[in-house]
Parts: sequence; structure tokens; C-alpha cells
Amino acid sequence: MNAINTGDTAWMITASALVLVMTPALGLFYAGFVRSKNVLNTFMMSAAALGVATVVWAVLGYSLAFSAGNDFIGGLHNVFLNDVGFTPRDGQTIPQLVFFVFQATFVIVTAALISGAVVERMRFGAFILFMILWILGVYAVLAHWVWGGGWLADGGVLDFAGGVPVEMASGFSAFAAALVVGARKDFGRQAFLPHNALYILLGAGLLWFGWIGFNGGSGFSVGNPGVLAVTNTLLTPAFTLVTWFILDFIRGRKVTAVGAATAIVVGCVGITPAAGYISPTWAMVLGVLAAIPSYLVIVWRARTRLDETLDVLAAHGMAGLTGIVFIGLAAQESWNGIANGLFYGNASLLGWQVIAALVAPAYAFTMTFVLLKLVGRLMPLRVSAHEEAVGLDIVEHGEEAYATGEGAILMIDHESLVEQPTGVR
Amino acid sequence: MKLVIGIVRPEKANDVLASLYRADVRGLSISRVQGHGGETERVETYRGTTVKMGLAEKVRFEIAVSDDFVDTTVDALVEGARTGDVGDGKIFVVPLERVVRIRSGEADQAAVTPQGAAQ
Repeated sequence: MNAINTGDTAWMITASALVLVMTPALGLFYAGFVRSKNVLNTFMMSAAALGVATVVWAVLGYSLAFSAGNDFIGGLHNVFLNDVGFTPRDGQTIPQLVFFVFQATFVIVTAALISGAVVERMRFGAFILFMILWILGVYAVLAHWVWGGGWLADGGVLDFAGGVPVEMASGFSAFAAALVVGARKDFGRQAFLPHNALYILLGAGLLWFGWIGFNGGSGFSVGNPGVLAVTNTLLTPAFTLVTWFILDFIRGRKVTAVGAATAIVVGCVGITPAAGYISPTWAMVLGVLAAIPSYLVIVWRARTRLDETLDVLAAHGMAGLTGIVFIGLAAQESWNGIANGLFYGNASLLGWQVIAALVAPAYAFTMTFVLLKLVGRLMPLRVSAHEEAVGLDIVEHGEEAYATGEGAILMIDHESLVEQPTGVR
Repeated sequence: MKLVIGIVRPEKANDVLASLYRADVRGLSISRVQGHGGETERVETYRGTTVKMGLAEKVRFEIAVSDDFVDTTVDALVEGARTGDVGDGKIFVVPLERVVRIRSGEADQAAVTPQGAAQ
């Protein structure tokens, strides 16, 4: 068993904090895209993940993903954090408790990501029930496949920071969720504009900030993989951003701000699976390449009847898939110490990366479809057309994001008012 | 000439625009207003403070039309804005003394007739 390394532990605690801030950042990013009557509900779907996903993860999810089990799913040994303490896991130098916290921040942000497909019409309660089932049935399973000793890991699939359980899983689950929940009531008839593009930009910036911990922490140490991942997490999104500028300019003769925010996310997603496996030079190339499929899917989606509202499939599904496959081409043993890709004479890695890029989306899509149909049997998935028109902030939460306060009358239950002590105003 | 003022639910504003467009009513202004018209008050809670929202958000349409066009306009407003519940809003039709189109200096009847429309 390895000894605890304090430097590694300090960095992993910091990285966990960085990843934790990505969820409110995502809430801000998403809230900027929706109409002002749905801002709080949109943010609350992310905020809900902070609570619900952590609870589900601590109680059962962590064990299903990371305790010893079979090729498909982990066991029940770590249920309720049983036996998760200060001792490191095999091959690690940080307390398992820190590993648990770091992984919890991943499942939180991933569960929140899917909400982008269904904002502005899905019922809050139905989304939460779906989130619980999704974490156990999709995230924990896929995390086990690539990180917990499952069959993809056995085959040799490389996934540094979550191309499989985070990016492709959320992207293709979002696709299925949009199909099951259905489009917003005036979709295709009326244009829906982002109510505050500044929130989108600020959210994207904060996401990039957090992503330094997301990828940089996925080496679980301050060693070379972590250093390489931090470097690549700066390089790839920057190259994607510049590529996006060019694509925007060619298409519309203008460089757009919402496009720039999207590009940052796409670049961060693209490098996520590959961050610790490819050289900085290839990370720059990936930045350019990752922009293209996501850009095409965004343009294509806007012309269809598919109301995958905030383009989770394009930004996360497609960019994650690009990154996973790219590892098979550009992985370099001299940088990662593990394996070479096709460009360096090893074709078998590419084969396994392609398998992961086919199987993970298929599994996430199918399971999400089934789970949402199941939730739909138990309760309505969406609010009524009238409630959708009024807005989900008032309907679901009884609050407004931009309340004026004019005409608001205090409701005071006079009997419950506590008498003020004399002399105190 | 008349000024038709319609106060409608904000969530029906797009339907009203669509029905006005179908009725060939061009030239209008809208503004967001708050008002009260006997509808049930909404209750909201902020950190333990519960408030009754006495004023509801509404959208106010202002449309200046020739006398012949008043009924068409009013019908279109009603068609677009009605849900059948209290709070659907009201329409006021008031006389207009004078209208000037700023660009051309055209006055009155000519100024409320959309460009290119048959007199």
C-alpha cells in the first residue's frame, strides 16, 4: 500500500473545490440562455444536483462505481461510505475520503449537465427523481467501466477525466431526454432568445477555471499526468475558441459572444478524456478539431424539430466523443507513460477507444430513454401549457429572479410575532 | 380615428401579436406594465418572508386605427388574449384627436393607414 503524500492530498483537496464551483458556474451558464421567467428553475436544476447527487453518491453510487465488483458494475462494500477512510486506494497516495469527495464533485456536475436538454418545461420533481435513477443506472455504471475496474478499463480504454461517464454520457442522455420530454410549447413557432448573455460568458469562464481542477486533478497527484493535464486544459480550449471565431466569421461575418462561451465549453470537453495522455502539441491540434463536429451539430440541431434546448449533445456528447477517439490516434507513451496511439505505431488502442465511443453513447441514450419513460409512468414529466407560459420560477418555486417588489404585500401571521423587548427597536 | 389600448397577459402577448398580424393590423407599440384587475393574488416566499403580489405583470398594446378598423382590431386582441380566466385583461377604445406621421408629415387618416395598404 502506498503512503499518503501530503502534496498530492493538498492538490486534490484544491482540485475538488475547483470542480465543485463548476456546478454553480454551469447553473449561471444555463440560466443566461433561458427566458427571465425560467432563470431560477434552470439554476435550481444545477443546485439540486449539489444536494441530491451528493446524497445518492455517498449512499450508494460511489460503491457501485468504485468498490470491487464484476466487469459491469461495482459491489456494495462502500455503501454509506463503509470502509472509506484515511487509507489510500491501491495505487494512490491520497486518503480515499479525498478521492470520494473529488469523484462526488464529478457526479454532481454531470447530473446537472443533462438539465440543459429539458429546461423551461420539465417538472422539478420529475427531474430530481430522474437524476437519482440516472446516477445509479448510468453514471455509476459507466464510471465503473472505465475507472472502477470494469470491462472497458480491462480492454485498455484510456479516459483521463471523464469522456465516457461525464461528457458522452451527459450529451447522449440529453439527446434522449429531449426526445422523451418533448419540445417547449412554442418551439419552432417563436424564437427563444437568451435573457442575459453576460451570465453565459461568466458561467463559461468559471467553468474553464474549475476545469483546471477537473482535468488537473484526474491524475490524483501533482506528478506529470496532472501537470500535463493542466497545461492541455489551457491550450485546447484556447485553440477551440480561436477556431470558433473563424467558423463564426465565415458563417455570419460576425464573431459572436454566445458562440465564444460555447467554444470554451467545447474545448474543455474535448481535452477532458485526453488531458493526461497527449502532448501539448497534439492538444493544440485537438482544440481545432474538436470545434468542428460540435459546431456542425449546433447548426444542424437548430434546423430540426429537436428541442435539445441548450445543446448538451453538441457541446458535451460530440466534443467528448472527439476527445475519446483522438486519444487512440495521438496518445504518446513518452508523455503519458502508459500507451501509444495509432500515430505512434499502436492500432489496438484506437480500436478500444472507438468501442468506448460507440458503446457509451448507446448505453447512456438507451438507459435515459427507459428511465424517463419509467418516471413518466409515475408522474407527469412536464408542466401544463399554461404553467409553461407563466414560467417555471413562479410555478415551481414561488419566486421570481427579477422581482420588482411593487405591489408586494407582506403577509404576517400576527399571533406568531414575537414581542420586541422594550428599548430595542 | 381611435386609439385601441389592450392590456393583456404577458404570456399571451405573442399570441396577440400573431392574431393582429393575421388581421392585417400593422403599426403598434407595446410596453410592460403592472396592474391589478381582481385576479387571484400570487403568493411568493423569500427566505421566510411571505408576500402577496398585489400587482400582476401585463403587456399594454397601443394601436391607432381608422374608425373602420376598430372592430377588426378589437376582435383580434380578444382572440389572441383570451384564456377564460380572471386576469385576461381589458381593451379600451378612445377617440384620437390628431395623428402625424413624423417621416412624411402626413396627418390623421393617412397617418394611421399602413404604407402600401389600399385606402
